[in-house]
Amino acid sequence: MSDTARTVAGRAFTVADTHPGRRISPRGSAFDYAFQALCFAAATALLASLGGVLISLAIGGWPVLSKFGFGFLTGKTWDPVRDIYGAAGPIVDTIITSLLALMLSLPIAGGVAFFLTELCPSFLRRPIGTAVELLAGIPSIVYGMWGLFVFAPVFAAKIEIPLMGMAPPGSIWETLLSGIPNGSGILSASIILAIMILPFMAATLRELLNTVPPQVRESAYGLGATTAEVVMKVTLPYVRRGAVGAVMLGLGRALGETMAVTFIIGNSHDFPKGLFDSGATIASTIANEFNEASGLQASALIALGLVLFVLTFLVLALARLLLRNPEG
Amino acid sequence: MATRASPVVVARRQATNAVFVGFCFLVTAIALVALALILWSLVAQGASGLNLHIFTLDTPAAGSVGGLRNAIVGSLMMCALAMLIAVAVGVLAGTWLSEYAGSSRYGSVIRFLNDVLLSAPSILIGLFVYQLLVRPFHGFSGFAGAVALAIIAVPVITRTTEDVLKLQPTSLREAGMALGSPFWHVIRTILWRASASGMITGALLAFARISGETAPLLFTALNNQFFSWNMTKPTASLPVVIFNDALTPYPDLNKLAWAAALLTAGAVLAVTILARVFSKERRSS
Repeated sequence: MSDTARTVAGRAFTVADTHPGRRISPRGSAFDYAFQALCFAAATALLASLGGVLISLAIGGWPVLSKFGFGFLTGKTWDPVRDIYGAAGPIVDTIITSLLALMLSLPIAGGVAFFLTELCPSFLRRPIGTAVELLAGIPSIVYGMWGLFVFAPVFAAKIEIPLMGMAPPGSIWETLLSGIPNGSGILSASIILAIMILPFMAATLRELLNTVPPQVRESAYGLGATTAEVVMKVTLPYVRRGAVGAVMLGLGRALGETMAVTFIIGNSHDFPKGLFDSGATIASTIANEFNEASGLQASALIALGLVLFVLTFLVLALARLLLRNPEG
Repeated sequence: MATRASPVVVARRQATNAVFVGFCFLVTAIALVALALILWSLVAQGASGLNLHIFTLDTPAAGSVGGLRNAIVGSLMMCALAMLIAVAVGVLAGTWLSEYAGSSRYGSVIRFLNDVLLSAPSILIGLFVYQLLVRPFHGFSGFAGAVALAIIAVPVITRTTEDVLKLQPTSLREAGMALGSPFWHVIRTILWRASASGMITGALLAFARISGETAPLLFTALNNQFFSWNMTKPTASLPVVIFNDALTPYPDLNKLAWAAALLTAGAVLAVTILARVFSKERRSS
C-alpha cells in the first residue's frame, strides 16, 4: 500500500521515505471522518424532525390532555366559549371520511391499474399511465376548490335532494341521508378525498403489478386462464402484501389530508348524524381554528394534532412494513 | 388424459371475464373523465382570471383590482430557501443511508422513519414549526414557512438520493479508492456526479411537492397583503391566497383564487414533467 501510495500522482511522500513500510493516508483523508459525521448528522436530522413533531405536539397538547384526560377522546362537545373540548366528533369524522373515500376509490383505482397492466392497448399504455402519475401530483387544494365551486352545487341539486326525497320515512335510510342538502358534508368530502387519492393509489398499484415477472403472468395465460383469472388468482396474490401496503398508504393520505376536505366538509363539530350532515375532520378543524385560537383552545387543537399523528403513524408504519417486502 | 372442460364452466369463466374486463374499462373511463373535468374547470375558470395584472399587482382587498405579484414572489422565495435547506440535508442524509449505514440497525430505523415522514400529514409539520419557530420568536415569518416546506421536501430527496446512489456499481467506488482518493472525495467527484440526473429528478419532484403545499404555511408564513422581500415577516404564498380567497363570498376574489390555482397546478405539472424528462435520460442510458 505504501509503495503504491508513494507513486500516486508522482508525488514524493517524505513521510514514507523516512519511515519505510508505514501506511500513508491520501491527501484530504482527514476530512473523511468529518464528512461521514456530516452525513450522519443529516440522517439524524430526519429522526430529530419526526421526533420533534411528536414531542412538540405532546408538549403543546398537554394542558388539555391533563385536564380532560381520556375524556378528550370520547367527549362529544367542542365548545371554545365554555372551554370544553371533546374530540370525538372530529376523530370519528376523520375515520369515516377516510374509510368511505377508500371504499369508493379502491375499486376504481384497482380497475385502472388492471386496465393499464393487462388490457390497455400498448400505444395508450404510456400516455394514460403518465397522465395518472401526473395527476397524482396535482396539489390537493385544487381538488378542494373544485369540490367547493363545481362539485357541491351539482351534488346538492342532482343527488342530495332527490335521494332525500326518495328515502322512506322512518327507515334507516332517512337517518343516513339526513342533513342540509347544500352539497357539503361528510359524503361530499369523502367523494372529493376519493378522487384525490385515486391517481395516487392507481399509480402505486400499477407500479406494483408491473413488478410481477412476465413469466408468471405468461404461464398463467398459457394455461388458458382468462384475464380476470390472471389478475385475481395470479398477479394480485403475487403482490398482495404490497397491495395492502399501497391501500394503507392511500388511507394515510386521506387521514391527514387538509385542503381537499376543509373546503367541503361544512365544518361543524357536532357528532355526525347522517351522510349529508356537516362535519369536521381533525385536519380541517386545525386549519380553520388554529390561527384564531389561544390558551386552552390552541392546546386542544395541538392535542387533536397529536391524535392525528398517532393515527397516521400507525397506518403509515404498517403500510411501509408491508410495502418493504411486497411479495409473500 | 385430456378431459374437456364442460361448456358450462367455460361459459361461466368467459362471462366472469367479460364482466371483469367491462368493469376495468368502465372505471378507467370514469376516472379519466372525472380527472379531466377537474382539469377542465381549472383551466376554464383559471384562464378567465389570467391577465397582466396578475403579475404586476398585489393581492387586492375585496372589490378592488389586484393580482398575485406578492404571492408569486413569496412562494418562489420560500420554495427556493426550502429547497436550499432540503437539498443540503437530503443529499447528505441519502448519502449516509447508501454509503455508510450499510445494514446497521440505526440505518434501517432512519430509512423507515424517512418513509413515514414522506407521507406524514403536512398540517402537523405546520404545527411543529409553529411551536418551534413562530411562538418562541413572536411572529409568523417567511423563514418559518421555508423551514416547514424543507421538512416536507427532505424525505423525498433523501429517498431518491439513496436509491440512485445504490444503483452505482461497487466497482466505481473501488476504482476511485484504488486511485488513492479519500472516500468523501470519491463520493463527491464520482458517485454524486454519476447519479446527478437521478438526484436532480428527486429535487424537482420535491420542488413540485412543496410548491402546492398549503397546510404547513397557514401557521408559519401566514399571509401578507403587500409586496415584500422581507422573509422575517409574514409572507404571502399562492396556496394560502387560494385558500383565503376561495372561501370569501366575493366573486372577484374567487376568480383570483382560480387563477392562482391554475398557476400553481401549471407550475407543479411543468416541474413534474421536467423531472420525468431527467429520469428518462437516466433510464435509457
